[in-house]
Amino acid sequence: MGSKLGWLKLPLYGALLFLYLPIAVLIFMSFNESDAPFTWTGFSTRWYGELISSPEILTGFRNTLIVAIAATIIAVVLGTLLAVGLARYQRSAALEAIALTPAIFPDLALAIGLLTLFTNLNYALGLDSVIISHALFCAAFVTAIVRGRLHQIDSSLEQAAADLGDTAVGAFFRITLPSIKPALIAGALLSFTLSLDEFVIAFFTNGPSTPTLPIVIYSMVRFGVSPEINALATLVLLTSALIIIIAQRNLKVKDQI
Amino acid sequence: MAQALVKTERDANQRRALISRSIFLIPGLAYITIFMLVPLGFIFFYTFLTRGTYGGVEYIFTLENYTRALDSLYVGILMESIMIAAAATLLAFLIGFPTAYAITKLPSNWQNVFLLLIVLPFWTNFLIRTYAWIVLLNTQGFLNKGLINTGLINQPLEFLYKPGAVILGLLYAFLPLMILPIYSALVRIDPAMKEAAINLGASPSQAFRQITLPLALPGVLVGAIFVFVPSIGNFIVPELLGGGKTVMVGNLIRDQFLKARDWPFGSVLAISMVVMLLILFFLQARVNKAVLGEKSG
Repeated sequence: MGSKLGWLKLPLYGALLFLYLPIAVLIFMSFNESDAPFTWTGFSTRWYGELISSPEILTGFRNTLIVAIAATIIAVVLGTLLAVGLARYQRSAALEAIALTPAIFPDLALAIGLLTLFTNLNYALGLDSVIISHALFCAAFVTAIVRGRLHQIDSSLEQAAADLGDTAVGAFFRITLPSIKPALIAGALLSFTLSLDEFVIAFFTNGPSTPTLPIVIYSMVRFGVSPEINALATLVLLTSALIIIIAQRNLKVKDQI
Repeated sequence: MAQALVKTERDANQRRALISRSIFLIPGLAYITIFMLVPLGFIFFYTFLTRGTYGGVEYIFTLENYTRALDSLYVGILMESIMIAAAATLLAFLIGFPTAYAITKLPSNWQNVFLLLIVLPFWTNFLIRTYAWIVLLNTQGFLNKGLINTGLINQPLEFLYKPGAVILGLLYAFLPLMILPIYSALVRIDPAMKEAAINLGASPSQAFRQITLPLALPGVLVGAIFVFVPSIGNFIVPELLGGGKTVMVGNLIRDQFLKARDWPFGSVLAISMVVMLLILFFLQARVNKAVLGEKSG
């Protein structure tokens, strides 16, 4: 591998070094023994132990987990229905664009829009408003993934089921759902990680008493570097990376069936 | 009578089709309408209102928010934001294009591995990835220590808290979004076209410039938008790596909503940002159409 690359090796490996060097240094420093943020004194896992004794971090973790699970459930239901509707019942470029916009729209604009909406409705901000807000962009990602899968698979089976008198909903549960299962899993995993790591929208739509983990991290990093953040950051990075790798594996099963 | 039967059956079928279409489409579209389109309408409406004394808005119609946005202070911040986002986008292109091109030259199973390696950081926590640069670039950080140990410098250098650090942070955050669309544009180019050009006497570099580059242009534009859009509205990178000295339009919008409590003015800034992005999307679609030679209608 790579022999044909020639000088192109430089940008390729250079880009990877650029992408991974800061993360590698961060992970390395999370195992530092002393609490000096920049001086390596020896290997230790003590900072990982300290995380468990921090009530702020544990609360943030619990809140984030609630939001990510609830937002993912809403997003998978809405996104899957919308993807099937767009692929099988109403092909429309305009509707498709609207369905995918929450995924590419600037998060800050979505965030202030949602804040304005909740304020006007006199809806008290808390975890539920974050869940509603996260489900919005997560659903767009699920729609994109499931729709991509639906375009790959043959719709003739669904057609046959309909011809044999099955209802649309029946055909959906018996034929469509099993064949898009890998995309559903990938979409669910992706929206779970997106919600887990999302800061901007959570920052605007959250109440003061229910910080999610990224909000806790934000308040920590504003005060500079500490080995405790490094340990927390390492865990968060590795969790997301693991979930994304599993999601990718599910997307590649497209050759089955 | 037979005709009437056929007709009722057709009506029933149509009704059934309509019902199933509604079941699938309405929940998602209603959700997007309520939580995205209506809020955007609110923000647009707010741009014409007056700021309330204790936050919120008063329903007094005014255009003052727009005239205020034309103040040289705010135009200056907008210009600087555009310059910073554009610089990050340009650098992402300069690094991203050869990287994407290199990936297309790999065996196909390795292409997937490298693509995953490129996107993986992007899907992880944005705050943490930005924070990682503070660990690396701080005056006592790794880079300064390394440079001092090798004798290249005597005094630690201050890399952070400058516009350059903000550009670097944005480049780092969004580089994968440049590489992916360029890659998918490049792999779709039929290799036969390049071969044909070379067979007709073109040099490899001519073939690259006249076949590969123009056909990759739509991918480059998508990548440019994907980097520019999240860069211009970002307030985390300027805050953490710019140390608050570099104020971008994202910081300004955030502060109008959460600190200054001037929602009408914040709305004007947000709407200007959105309009600018819509113009970019429109231009991109036009170029895309021109390059791919699609007929309209």
